[in-house]
Amino acid sequence: MSQISIKNVWKEYGDVTVLERLDFEIQSGEFCVLVGPSGCGKTTFLRLLLSMEPITRGEILIDGVRIASEPARDRGIVFQRYSVFPHLTVLGNAMLGVELAEAKFSGHLFGGKRGRARNAATEILGRVGLGHVLNHYPAQLSGGMQQRLAIAQALLCQPKILLLDEAFGALDPPTKAQIHSLMLELWKDRGMTVFMVTHDLDEGFSLGTRVIEFGKVRRDPQAPDAFGATLVRDVDLRGQTDKERHQSLASWERNTKSPSVVDMLQRGRN
Amino acid sequence: MTRIINKKPNPRITRFLGLVPFGAVLILYVICSDIRLHENPNDKLLPSFGSMWSAIGQLAFTPDVRTGNYLFWADTLSSLKRLAWGMGASFVIAIVFGIALGLIPYAASLANPFVAALSLVPPLALLPILFIALGLDELSKIVLIILGVAPYLIRELALRIEQMPYELLVKAQTMGASTFQIIVRIVLPQMLPRALDGLRFSIGPAWLFLIAAEAIASTDGLGYRIFLVRRYLAMDIIIPYVAWIAALAFLMDLGLRVLSQRLFPWARASI
Repeated sequence: MSQISIKNVWKEYGDVTVLERLDFEIQSGEFCVLVGPSGCGKTTFLRLLLSMEPITRGEILIDGVRIASEPARDRGIVFQRYSVFPHLTVLGNAMLGVELAEAKFSGHLFGGKRGRARNAATEILGRVGLGHVLNHYPAQLSGGMQQRLAIAQALLCQPKILLLDEAFGALDPPTKAQIHSLMLELWKDRGMTVFMVTHDLDEGFSLGTRVIEFGKVRRDPQAPDAFGATLVRDVDLRGQTDKERHQSLASWERNTKSPSVVDMLQRGRN
Repeated sequence: MTRIINKKPNPRITRFLGLVPFGAVLILYVICSDIRLHENPNDKLLPSFGSMWSAIGQLAFTPDVRTGNYLFWADTLSSLKRLAWGMGASFVIAIVFGIALGLIPYAASLANPFVAALSLVPPLALLPILFIALGLDELSKIVLIILGVAPYLIRELALRIEQMPYELLVKAQTMGASTFQIIVRIVLPQMLPRALDGLRFSIGPAWLFLIAAEAIASTDGLGYRIFLVRRYLAMDIIIPYVAWIAALAFLMDLGLRVLSQRLFPWARASI
């Protein structure tokens, strides 16, 4: 239940401006989806949200407090790949968050505390449909199961916001549909704030309560790197039915100016 | 016609083919040995298996007149002890420094050039220095093995850690892990099987340094013995000793591999 404020954020690498004048808020409980072609700064923005890189100018606040300068427990993440630890079983992966928090030094819990951590982990693993593979290693799971584990693992840390970085991009369509409905269920139950980055418009418009897009509004043909991307589109989908969402998507696509080849190739992958 | 690159032997043929070179060498040896012994029954260069067996039997099953030891076993024990100390210490050193170099940028900046330079120094060239500084006892031999093996292991581990997907380290931080927790819960357990693999590849070099050290200054050990009996052209002892060293190296490799598979079942699945 947390609000994110992005206040006039810029990101520059030397002479290259990637992001500029980003200034918007993500409300508490919102499911905000950032879409856009590759190279529009989606990933860079996510890295800023995670504090994986310093912000050049401006600041990002969560509930009015500037985010820490390194990744922390208030911002959970599910990546497209490598989100779960290969050396831990399903149960071990899920328990890790509690163990790290409660056993400050060794990160290992024993006895009754371990039992409670195990119960909490088992419960949510059952919820995401992994109750029957508690002692499997991630390499023995399908891609969809690994991502469900990653979500359970992130949720058990009770982050203020959950970040999804192309989290479902590598899954086949039926698996993706399954995990989408699971994600929506968990989001509604917990009333959490979710920020998702995806290049899949359909996904964005079926999950989000809000879809935003970064793009360049200023261009200098002589110096393509001089200006960065900023927020160019912002659509509110709150309370929309599936049909209305389809219409929103259709009108979004109508208003998309001649997609580049790169966009079309990316869309074609999904 | 099928290309030869597409023709694959079945498991039985694979096993048979694997044995062919061993058999060929054995047969070739027996033939050559027979020819030489036929011409000169006292030939020492290519002794018969019978004379090797009796020479080794002498060393292995009858106590030495002077010391009362069974020399073959005493040699094996002291060599293995030195190896175990050298490789064990290298392993621990590599874990500590490898993790520091691979995970902590300041440590890497501080130590990378030094470790790189150190690993370019031929360890055998340092042997005289070790003998002068540490004496001719066990310590100098163990340190030689460490100098030969540890820099490679450190660099290998640090590289492996740098190659870990950054996602895992970010994920751990978003789960609230401190640096120490990241080391004990994420990096160390993921690197142990890699370190054991590195150790397996170090078995050869470790034996090399051990035998070199034993050859130069020692009073027992497998390397000492073969260099000692070399003076008498005692091929009937040298050849079985070399085979025994190879067998021990093979068993060490097998042991480490089985250990790694038992302890880290996840590592095999994810490769």
